[in-house]
Amino acid sequence: MLRTWRQRITITDIVVWTIGFAIAVMVVYGSAKTLALGKYTTETWIDLSITGLALGGVYALIALGYTLVYGILRMINFAHSEVFMSGPFTAAFAAEALVKQGLWNTYPVLSLLIVLTVSAGVSAIIAILVERIAYRPLRHAPRLVPLITAIGASFFLQYTFRGLYGSGLKGYPEMEIFKGFWIIAGIRVFKTQAAAIIGAVVLMLILYAIVQKTKMGKAMRSVSEDKEVAALMGIDVDRTIATTFALGGVAAGLAGILYLLLFPVAHFYMGFFPGLKAFTAAVLGGIGNVPGAFLGAMVLGLLESVGPSLFLDGLGIPAAYQMKDAIAFTILVFILIFRPSGILGERLTQAKA
Amino acid sequence: MQSQNTSLWKPAIQSGLIAGGVAVLLSLVGMVATFNQRFIISGVFSMGQVIFLAPMLLMSYFFLRKTMALSSQKIVLYGLLIGVMGGLVLVLLVLLGTNFNLQAMFINSSSKLYDILTFNQPLAPGLMILLALSAVMGVLASGSFLIPPRISAAVIQGITWVLLVGLLRDLIITVTSRWGPLAGPVKSLFAVSGLKPLGAIFLFALISGLYYWRNGKPVSPAQKPTQTKDRSLLFWAKWAGLIILLLLLPPILGIFFSDILDTVFMYILMGIGLNIVVGFAGLLDLGYVAFFAIGAYTMGVLTSPELNADPMTYWQALPFAMIACVVAGLILGLPVLKMRGDYLAIVTLGFGEIVRLLALSDWLRPWFGGSQGIQLIAQPVIGNMVLNTQQELYYLFLLGVGIVAFIAWRLRDSRMGRTWMAIREDEDVAIAMGINHVAYKLMAFATGALFSGIAGTIFAAKLQSVYPHSMNFLVSINVLCLIIIGGMGSIPGVFVGSLVLMGSPELLREFAEYRYLVYGALLVVMMLTRPEGLWPDARRKLELHEEELEAEAHVLAEAETSAMKSAK
Amino acid sequence: MAILVAKGVTKRFGGLNALSKIDLEVNEKAIYSIIGPNGAGKTTFFNCVTGFYTPEEGVISLEGQNITGLSPDRVTHLGVSRTYQNIRLFKNMTAVENILVGMHPHLKANLVGSIIRDRRTVQEEKESVEEAKRLLQFVGLRGKGDLMAMNLPYGAQRRLEIARALASRPKLLLLDEPTAGMNPSETQEMVHFIRRLRDELEITILLIEHQMRVVMSISEKITVLDFGEKIAEGTPVEIQNNPQVIEAYLGRGAASGLGQVQPVA
Repeated sequence: MLRTWRQRITITDIVVWTIGFAIAVMVVYGSAKTLALGKYTTETWIDLSITGLALGGVYALIALGYTLVYGILRMINFAHSEVFMSGPFTAAFAAEALVKQGLWNTYPVLSLLIVLTVSAGVSAIIAILVERIAYRPLRHAPRLVPLITAIGASFFLQYTFRGLYGSGLKGYPEMEIFKGFWIIAGIRVFKTQAAAIIGAVVLMLILYAIVQKTKMGKAMRSVSEDKEVAALMGIDVDRTIATTFALGGVAAGLAGILYLLLFPVAHFYMGFFPGLKAFTAAVLGGIGNVPGAFLGAMVLGLLESVGPSLFLDGLGIPAAYQMKDAIAFTILVFILIFRPSGILGERLTQAKA
Repeated sequence: MQSQNTSLWKPAIQSGLIAGGVAVLLSLVGMVATFNQRFIISGVFSMGQVIFLAPMLLMSYFFLRKTMALSSQKIVLYGLLIGVMGGLVLVLLVLLGTNFNLQAMFINSSSKLYDILTFNQPLAPGLMILLALSAVMGVLASGSFLIPPRISAAVIQGITWVLLVGLLRDLIITVTSRWGPLAGPVKSLFAVSGLKPLGAIFLFALISGLYYWRNGKPVSPAQKPTQTKDRSLLFWAKWAGLIILLLLLPPILGIFFSDILDTVFMYILMGIGLNIVVGFAGLLDLGYVAFFAIGAYTMGVLTSPELNADPMTYWQALPFAMIACVVAGLILGLPVLKMRGDYLAIVTLGFGEIVRLLALSDWLRPWFGGSQGIQLIAQPVIGNMVLNTQQELYYLFLLGVGIVAFIAWRLRDSRMGRTWMAIREDEDVAIAMGINHVAYKLMAFATGALFSGIAGTIFAAKLQSVYPHSMNFLVSINVLCLIIIGGMGSIPGVFVGSLVLMGSPELLREFAEYRYLVYGALLVVMMLTRPEGLWPDARRKLELHEEELEAEAHVLAEAETSAMKSAK
Repeated sequence: MAILVAKGVTKRFGGLNALSKIDLEVNEKAIYSIIGPNGAGKTTFFNCVTGFYTPEEGVISLEGQNITGLSPDRVTHLGVSRTYQNIRLFKNMTAVENILVGMHPHLKANLVGSIIRDRRTVQEEKESVEEAKRLLQFVGLRGKGDLMAMNLPYGAQRRLEIARALASRPKLLLLDEPTAGMNPSETQEMVHFIRRLRDELEITILLIEHQMRVVMSISEKITVLDFGEKIAEGTPVEIQNNPQVIEAYLGRGAASGLGQVQPVA
């Protein structure tokens, strides 16, 4: 046994493990030092955690789209970040119109429903279009090809929306009912954050139920198992795939409204970072796995929000919050290196040749 | 291909609606209005009009080409139908836009747009003109199937050239202004923007006439089999001519266009590098800008007196920058190269962002200058001459491109190139052939990183400064687009791709606003219709053109039979 | 003398034993066949020998050297080479290029040499192209060197794949159903060809084959696998008369062993 171990360890492993170890030491040392310095109060930590969870909820809904599409087509839908952007960007105009009509605060539930519908609808339409135009004709092409069209579609959508709606920032009006905060067990929670967390959990449960329980969801799962067999069983594969994209689009559109509650500005570039992070979350949880996406998103949200202060402050790094994106990407890189199957994914390393 | 002609009405209407939808989209994203200032034929025909009418023409053309076996009557009818449907969609847009205020949402839905779409006429007659012209476009496309191919080819050539020349007016006038006696006549063809109507007619007649004449000339059999000696002479003469032309370009083009040329060549330099990674080895690297940044920043850190008490010269720092890039390529490559293609793409993208974020951070400001970047970077000195103008730096880029293209070409036709290709084709089998795939992927990655880094150092020297903002994801996307559109794995393709993609936004300033929209659309359309690119590698061209292959196989079979006969 | 020895090789996928405790000994310059119904673990065994899978238990050794758990490229360097059941050529490369890639283990041109093209590299390239052409001739594809692999007819692709495998100058050649999809006369040719490989090039051949006629006519020794277990071993005559083998084949439908295409492992 010893012999095979020695033979199997390559220079790659040594480099990877060294880098991993160095980062782990940095994180542990930084955290210990930060906590020892006592620069932040418990309250701050809790605040940061809640922010992280709210963000995680948004990521979870976006990650659902990545995970569903990956599950069914074994490909990363690169354009999903633009699917996420299109809905809320459009909904911001609907919100503005509602404000002008004076309906925004007088009928908040109705307004919210309208905005959510617009956002989910637009995102779903964009998702279906992307699938139809950029992916479906290339389903049997070499792997690199749909990946390239995905990147192309992503840029096309980004700059199309920039052309249509303008390159400026589009403010999203605040709703009276989401102003202020609640004190729950002595902890201050902003209403927007609470709404984002609750909304994300509820929506995630509903969408998960759709995937697990409905006929459509069953069709999806059978197509992801084996397209040919599913087709033989009388399942319309093309339609099922389109539905999967649509469902991912709906989730992304809903996520977009929650995102606007937290950061009330829409613009054409708003999809890039959340999209990339939601992808990270999906990989972190185990891509192709819906509960995994939720778990991964929450963990990522927490790490991103608490991480800079916890890991980096103690190391004497100034303006550590600037590093929050870098932390997310580092997590992505290391997850893919050390455990590409993610937290909840199965190990499928050898089923290859 | 459909035999039932009646069943074609529906797809034809669909095509028309799609064409109209595309035209509406192009109008609403603002391309029509932006390009309306740019005339192809002065006072008559603007680029804006081309943009909203071309969808009908092209859609009709491709629709009819797909359904060849139709009577001429039907061809005209379908063309007309597609044009009219497209026109109707546009009419609908104008009616909507003029009656409702869409501008609150679609910022380009301005009265200016509708004036353009109705040709500055009152609404009713304007709409009639719009509809009529759309219909004409559809019919024009069908016309190309009805008249003899020799004529239609000549007409298409003529129109294409008029469009190109009209668009590139500024470049052509600048270049020809130094040609002495020719300058006057050339200039007289052009107006302030675009061609003069008479000039356009002259040009059209000239080009299509020439094309018609040349196409009609029978190929004389004596010309075909040239002596091998002659051929190699011709080959060298071609190369010599090309090199002389490349060397003479800056004085011909002047400062403004030399600057554009610098950009084009910088991207060629990077493109050749990424082509090794993506085109040869099949590794999709979306964080290519990271190595460009590392090259530029190493140059900056080592040569700027701001950060360095004892700054180096450009040439002293160059080897260090190159080493830094290769090392960075190896360090990134080692862990990620075991990953599958799409994961690799995302991880490299993440790496590119990490590099940018680090350069931008306050944490590393003492070393990299944070968001202020690094200034006063050294410029290369040769003898007593400082290379500091666009024209002088062009030669540096040219030298870099020359060396790098030579290396890439040599690598392609060697054991290295074959090994990379094998990995691209089937990684498992390549491993089973005894190839250490990690080592070879690493070599591709490091070579690509090196080339990108060299481009970065020249970039830093050209601007004498580097900023984290110029190191964004879009640079990687630019490079990726140009190699895909030029042709993956093809070295001449990189030149073509860079010239088209990097040159056009600089030459047509209006285009810069829409470049990524167009690039995105190009990537999708290219992958759907012509995955081998504009100028594919000879090998790939072979794959995709079966007729030639069959001919080749035929020749082979003949050779074999004759060999067998002689053996008997 | 045995060139390949497998002792107690076990490979599991999840809870399933794809191979359990396989013992096998292949003598030098032998033609040795592995047969068995679909899913018996034949290709899995090949993948274990070539290093694509690492068996959970057991030892595989080549000429007395333990090769268990070595990476596939190292195994190839030690003199093992293979073909695939569903031909896996580099489709977009020419026939000669395919063979040149196969020569990888004993070529030396490196990055720098490839760029500057020093005398040694040029010489090596020239010699290797010559050798590739000789190999093409040996497998009967003379003059087809510049054709894309994907454009060769089916039988020629099989031959090219064998030529590519031979290019690494193997001591042990693993052939995974070389006659799959061939008509009787092509099959007959392939049988002759395999014999020639052994007789002229003195290569040991380990063969997976479905067509009984082929197996019985060329093998010196046969191992029968069923559900990952070795159920019999012996000469063709012994195997033909082994009741367990007959049951494995005939008991579950006589056709199951004949010329069917096994799903990719």
